[in-house]
Amino acid sequence: MSPQLTTWSFFADHRAEILGATLDHLTLVVIAMIIAILIGVPLGMFIVHRPALRALALGVASIFQTIPSLALFGFLIPIPFIGGIGKRTAIVALVLYALLPILRNTYVGLTGIDPGVLEAAEAMGMTRAQILFRVRFPLALAIILAGIRTATIITIGVATIAAAIGAGGLGTFIFRGVALVSDSLILAGAIPAALLALLADFLLGLLERRLKVY
Amino acid sequence: MNTKTPLSPKNMIEFRDVSFHINDILNRLIVSGVSLEIPQGETLVLLGRSGSGKTTLLKLMNGMLLPTKGEILVQERPTATWDPIRLRRGIGYVIQDAGLFPHFTVAENVGLVPTLESWDTTRTAKRVDEMLQLVGLDPREFAHRRPRELSGGQRQRVGVARALAADPPILLMDEPFGALDPVTRAELQREFSALVRRLGKTIVFVTHDLREALFLASRIVLLETGRIVASAAPEEFLHLNHPEVRAFTSSLAMTPGAST
Repeated sequence: MSPQLTTWSFFADHRAEILGATLDHLTLVVIAMIIAILIGVPLGMFIVHRPALRALALGVASIFQTIPSLALFGFLIPIPFIGGIGKRTAIVALVLYALLPILRNTYVGLTGIDPGVLEAAEAMGMTRAQILFRVRFPLALAIILAGIRTATIITIGVATIAAAIGAGGLGTFIFRGVALVSDSLILAGAIPAALLALLADFLLGLLERRLKVY
Repeated sequence: MNTKTPLSPKNMIEFRDVSFHINDILNRLIVSGVSLEIPQGETLVLLGRSGSGKTTLLKLMNGMLLPTKGEILVQERPTATWDPIRLRRGIGYVIQDAGLFPHFTVAENVGLVPTLESWDTTRTAKRVDEMLQLVGLDPREFAHRRPRELSGGQRQRVGVARALAADPPILLMDEPFGALDPVTRAELQREFSALVRRLGKTIVFVTHDLREALFLASRIVLLETGRIVASAAPEEFLHLNHPEVRAFTSSLAMTPGAST
């Protein structure tokens, strides 16, 4: 029997488990993304007029991105409350990873507005808050969404490693496959993860183009 | 259109020995010892080269900048004591390239200050239509367009309509026609000059184009490196004997093919 066929029959035999792991994976990603957006976007808005805090926030977010993902999961395990084995730790790590693209794009989007538009807004007597919410934010939305899109794709990939600390998801197949030297098992984790990433990229890309009306 | 502001002999805007410098390492003095009275209804043109401090003077008038020395009175009150938001809502502002909000329709752009001032929607909508007609744009055709669907001249018309929407007694204009092609510019200058006569607003208009200054101004104030070097009605201005005035008048006399 050819290896492709073995893989195919493996997929067919284990479709319920694969689907379950995919849903687990998606849950991890969605929860992490929601938290990262809820932190990253407001923080990005908050640092627009605060240069000292801006340097700190962007700096710290960049540092998290440079830590190899497996190491970050490892570092988090011994930390009380957020650490330990399981989903919670994985979500914390995923949030830390997703934060930088969201935070940076929010900041860049909010500050990269045509200076003439901002000057007119100020001169017409809009308050700083009105300028932020009615001018800067709507004009930055497409760029913010591009950051969310990047972060989502990163998170889908990094979440496979979360299986190493017992968070479940598609990584479970990959780690088991590596241990048992089984291509079928590795592919059972890798293919759905890749498809998820492609699908997320496509859908968020569609939304991004929708927002770029001007 | 009515002009709510009563005709009074008092100054709408007054500069009292105003200086402004940027607080950087160079500590550059942008405006130096400017005293200037702008009575109600005047169309004052601030003329000068790039970097002469024209735009800074405008921003001092609506409190976007505060003077480092002296004071500016707007409607007899120093800008430093005005609530900046209140001050600016009573002053229309038009800039080069219009600075329209790209995510708003033309109607939303024009209706911005009325909306900020919480006018009800019917009153705002009526006002927007009036304003668009005033600047020569058919509301039915233009109200729902976005700025990117307009030509440069149309955008600038919307910019003027937006500045006038809440009927401010003062209008500040920073090279509003500077980015337009010569034909459109002349067209807008003509219409604007007619509009000005009708509205009776106090207007401060910044330009580096002497021709435009002569055409629109009731008085021309010439700036050089942050100081006022000349102030005269257009017909007298050409005969002043200041080197910077002559520099500007000689630019006017330039003909095609003549060497510079």
